[in-house]
Amino acid sequence: MKLRINAAVAASPPRPRRGRAALLTAGAVLSLVAAAACGNGSTSTGGSAEKDGFKQAAQSEGALTVWVDSTRLAAAQLYQKQNPGVKMDIVTYDGDSNGSNYLQTKVSLFNRTGSGWPDVVFSSQNNETSWAVQSGFTAPLNKGLIPQGTLDGWATGANAPCTVDGTLYCLRNDLSQTVLWYDATLMKQWGYQVPATWEQYQALGEKVATEHPGYLMGAAGDTFTPEIYLWASKCGANQITGPKAVTVNTTSADCTRMASLLDTLIKNKTMSTSSVFSSDFDKNEAGKVLMMPGPSWYGGALFQGTFKTAKGRIAVAPMPQWSADSAPSVGNVGGGTWLLSAHSAHLKAATAFLTWVTTSDDYQGKVAPGYPAVTAAAKTWLANQASSGYYANDITAPLTAAAGQVWSGWGYGQFSQEAVWAATVTPGMTAGKSIVSMLPAWQTAIANYAQADGYKVTQ
Amino acid sequence: MTAVTPNAGSAGARARRAPRRVRSGYAFVGSYVVLLLAFGIVPTVYAVYFAFTDTGARFVGLSNFATAARDFRYLPAIEHVALYLVFWLVSLVVFVVGLSLLLHRLAARGVNRALRFLYYLPGALAGAASVMVWLFLLDPAVSPAAFLLHALGYQTFGEVIAPGHLPVLFAMIAFWTGAGGWIVVMYGALNNISTDILEAARIDGAGAWQTARRIQIPLLRKWIVYMAILAFAGGTQLFVEPQLLSQASVGVAGRDYSLNQLSYDFAFQNNDVNTAAAISVELLLVGLIVAALFVARSGFFDAD
Repeated sequence: MKLRINAAVAASPPRPRRGRAALLTAGAVLSLVAAAACGNGSTSTGGSAEKDGFKQAAQSEGALTVWVDSTRLAAAQLYQKQNPGVKMDIVTYDGDSNGSNYLQTKVSLFNRTGSGWPDVVFSSQNNETSWAVQSGFTAPLNKGLIPQGTLDGWATGANAPCTVDGTLYCLRNDLSQTVLWYDATLMKQWGYQVPATWEQYQALGEKVATEHPGYLMGAAGDTFTPEIYLWASKCGANQITGPKAVTVNTTSADCTRMASLLDTLIKNKTMSTSSVFSSDFDKNEAGKVLMMPGPSWYGGALFQGTFKTAKGRIAVAPMPQWSADSAPSVGNVGGGTWLLSAHSAHLKAATAFLTWVTTSDDYQGKVAPGYPAVTAAAKTWLANQASSGYYANDITAPLTAAAGQVWSGWGYGQFSQEAVWAATVTPGMTAGKSIVSMLPAWQTAIANYAQADGYKVTQ
Repeated sequence: MTAVTPNAGSAGARARRAPRRVRSGYAFVGSYVVLLLAFGIVPTVYAVYFAFTDTGARFVGLSNFATAARDFRYLPAIEHVALYLVFWLVSLVVFVVGLSLLLHRLAARGVNRALRFLYYLPGALAGAASVMVWLFLLDPAVSPAAFLLHALGYQTFGEVIAPGHLPVLFAMIAFWTGAGGWIVVMYGALNNISTDILEAARIDGAGAWQTARRIQIPLLRKWIVYMAILAFAGGTQLFVEPQLLSQASVGVAGRDYSLNQLSYDFAFQNNDVNTAAAISVELLLVGLIVAALFVARSGFFDAD
């Protein structure tokens, strides 16, 4: 190193006034920074026009920027392959899974700098409109961008999380209605009946605990555990009653009946407290799943993709119901959404991609891992699943029925219910506390986070 | 490389201008000052401006500070950071001084070089990468040290990252990533202690323990204070460890754990940059006050 410096010294010509030049540079940098700081994100409004229900940016040629998670990367790549003429810049990110808030963080920075927004974004969360509308990021879709005829193709209620005051701000990618996944081979071998009620489910769990210890009736260690079990049980933990209002009651009978069922099965070890995606579950428990209540995407993403369960074993039954309940209700875990940026300078290309990615049979019907939110694509998807021969029974009837049974009392607020549950209830569960005993603390935590996001909370 | 450019062409030119060493000193300091202004002073001023204004840029006094203090995550975050600091600072001072004294005693032997390299190695990884290494180490399903975790009674990642364990875990991660550099610095400082003094102590009959306690540690005092000031300021800004852990554990542990995370949440989740700035200004003040106390009490700037 020393040698090199000496050589440089010998070779470089004399440069007087270096100090002053450095000072000048420093001053220039400073004033630049100051200018940027005081800019207050004054975006150029040149050429913008009010159209399709929002103020559009000046349109231009250029690459269409698409943000997707790793699962939806296939969709963007397929579109690029089918439309080689469209210039695309495909970016993968975490898809905001587990309430990571990546998109919101980035958009808030882009809003500050006045540039950088992606044209189309996939999010695995379905509550993005709760902040994205307010921050001016999402474009209204049913005010001219996408014809009503196309929008009518979505399953009833599928776009409810995307609708704010009658205006549609995103498109649902997939439905995530919960059903009961089970190992048909083991059930037959052991002579068990698939439970139709939660009472039967619990009784079977107690039987399995003595007859086949180590085997699982389900898993309760995920961030979305409340969305599988407590949502299906009509627990009013997340009743969004207005744009900034929520009613929280986690100690009603609807909540405690499910919580104590979970407690019973956790205690006799037929209910795992590990996340189904954890290395621990994959290593020790994935081969011991007798049944597992879970969303429609468990089949492809979990059993086929992660656990690599053999073909012809996994079957689907309707979600168990409480015998006292008259109307069936199921939960829902996610079901991603596609957002279109109101700042997009390539609205035509963006709308074309958005329409294709949500409705096309080529992607939604044949490639997508989850149950498509568009009814026509869902038909193709179900037919495809049936013909793949992976499942032990016909999954069409239970999945189609469950799609219309998602309990509507659980809303889509800005605060992440998954994050609140993970931080409040999961550590206690790991430490051996009962879920019933933690329901009040869960309620307090939900109320706190809701208030921090400016919600009016009724308890 | 700017440092090498100012150089004298000839002896005559050199006589007229400042000596080369002084001028290269200016260049070094100058480039540092530019960076300090761009990434230190200007953002600080910007944050202070945000902390005392609202979204409409109106002066609001201390209202942002009040909002932060009223938040339900605020007091727990202070507790978390305080507890973490206790573990982190104590372990840092005790182990860094202890290990560098040990290293110094081994000076004559061949292991010294290897050890110095080994201590420094983890520090060569970027902060986030070394935290990722730890996330693997702490998961009994994949950890190479799984037998140790099992021996301690932990079967799952969830059990390892129980809320009560977090201050110790974060201190361990921070020590592993940050202490190596300090050990090398302390070792350098130990080498600066005149051999005459050590020789005299030895002749007077001082053993290793007495030499360390009566001579080496008192002479290291300024370095220890310097380390404590920087470690304290760094420690109050705890962010990467809990943030990554929170992502790795899908939110089970580490969410809203530290004040810096709370500031981040205010800025990007609750869309309240002003309160976020108020918290960062508080962190700055605490760091400055503690540094001032340490400097004043230790006579850090006294000439020898």
